[in-house]
Amino acid sequence: MVAFTLPANSRYKDQAGKVHKAPADARRVKTFRIYRFDPTNGEKPRIDTYEVDLDRCGPMVLDALFKIKNEVDPTLTFRRSCREGICGSCAMNIDGVNTLACTKSIADVKGEVRIFPLPHMPVVKDLVPDLTMFYAQYASVKPWLQTRTPAPPDRERLQSKEDQEKIDRPSACILCACCSTSCPSYWWNGDRYLGPAALLAAYRWIIDSRDEATGERLDALEDPFKLYRCHTIMNCTEACPKDLNPARAIAEIKKMLVERQH
Amino acid sequence: MAARERPLSPHLQVYRPMYTMVLSISHRITGVALTFGLLLFAWWLLALATGPEAYARAGEFIGSPFGLLVLSGFAFAYWYHFFAGIRHLVWDTGRGLEKPQARRSALIVLAATALFTLVSVVAIVRAGGAA
Repeated sequence: MVAFTLPANSRYKDQAGKVHKAPADARRVKTFRIYRFDPTNGEKPRIDTYEVDLDRCGPMVLDALFKIKNEVDPTLTFRRSCREGICGSCAMNIDGVNTLACTKSIADVKGEVRIFPLPHMPVVKDLVPDLTMFYAQYASVKPWLQTRTPAPPDRERLQSKEDQEKIDRPSACILCACCSTSCPSYWWNGDRYLGPAALLAAYRWIIDSRDEATGERLDALEDPFKLYRCHTIMNCTEACPKDLNPARAIAEIKKMLVERQH
Repeated sequence: MAARERPLSPHLQVYRPMYTMVLSISHRITGVALTFGLLLFAWWLLALATGPEAYARAGEFIGSPFGLLVLSGFAFAYWYHFFAGIRHLVWDTGRGLEKPQARRSALIVLAATALFTLVSVVAIVRAGGAA
């Protein structure tokens, strides 16, 4: 459902949060304004302000989050793991665009660094969104190899170099959810539209030369909501921190659905 | 403890207005505007069929400064929707979907819209002045 405003329990006050000043001797101060939500105290979300001395902080936004959590405010909650753009855990909305905190340079943000959880998602705590639906949508496209013919007894199911290259990029998706949660169509219809990440995964299996369920996969997507809520807005491709192209994958699926009618 | 209902994270409130989404919503808004614009055209045609007096009244409205403004807005909506629509048609063939290509085609759509709207508005104002 299209609702341009936030529900009453989700409205946050921009200036109502706590302010943590930088140490007096700090020379290169950057201000971080971070969305906070505590599920235990009955209060609405708020924005807290943290001043960070960049001379005593690593270069990435994730470094600043660590510094804040370790030295200023241990209650700040966020997901992170690999700190090198391969796990997808620290996906969040930084400076208005979804990306990974670990690969986003603080120097690339002009002025205050505003950090929010991935957009239009239920918030568990602070920067941690509930991704249950997102993962269920991924699972719904059956992201595994489906075959009918038996595998060769003496080796793996092989494919040519060209066929491998087709799935090389789409396979690089780390399921960070930056794309799906940047998509206005997914915001308004996230309960029925699968979203760019799940559709990119579907595409990756549809074009896999070893997969033998291409027809069933296309059947499952031929639906006004699951696939066709994509209006080629292209926010997904702009947001992807791995430089993948979900919009093109979705366009290819739409093309295949038309082409198989002839 | 009963689980509290989780808040919804901010979306339109915080997302930077990327050129992608701005062009997309503009395509839809101009489409809706064109629908209402066509009602005006239908009204004009009805006036034409009704008789000279009704037609003269309609012409008077369309020739008024406000009428010319509406017509210019219609011309803008028309050209934007036309060029952005072609961009979507190309996309539907699977082409032009790489980031640099999409950025370039966005600029082309905007430039073509500006040019054709300008020409249309000049023509509209001239015709309005002549009437």
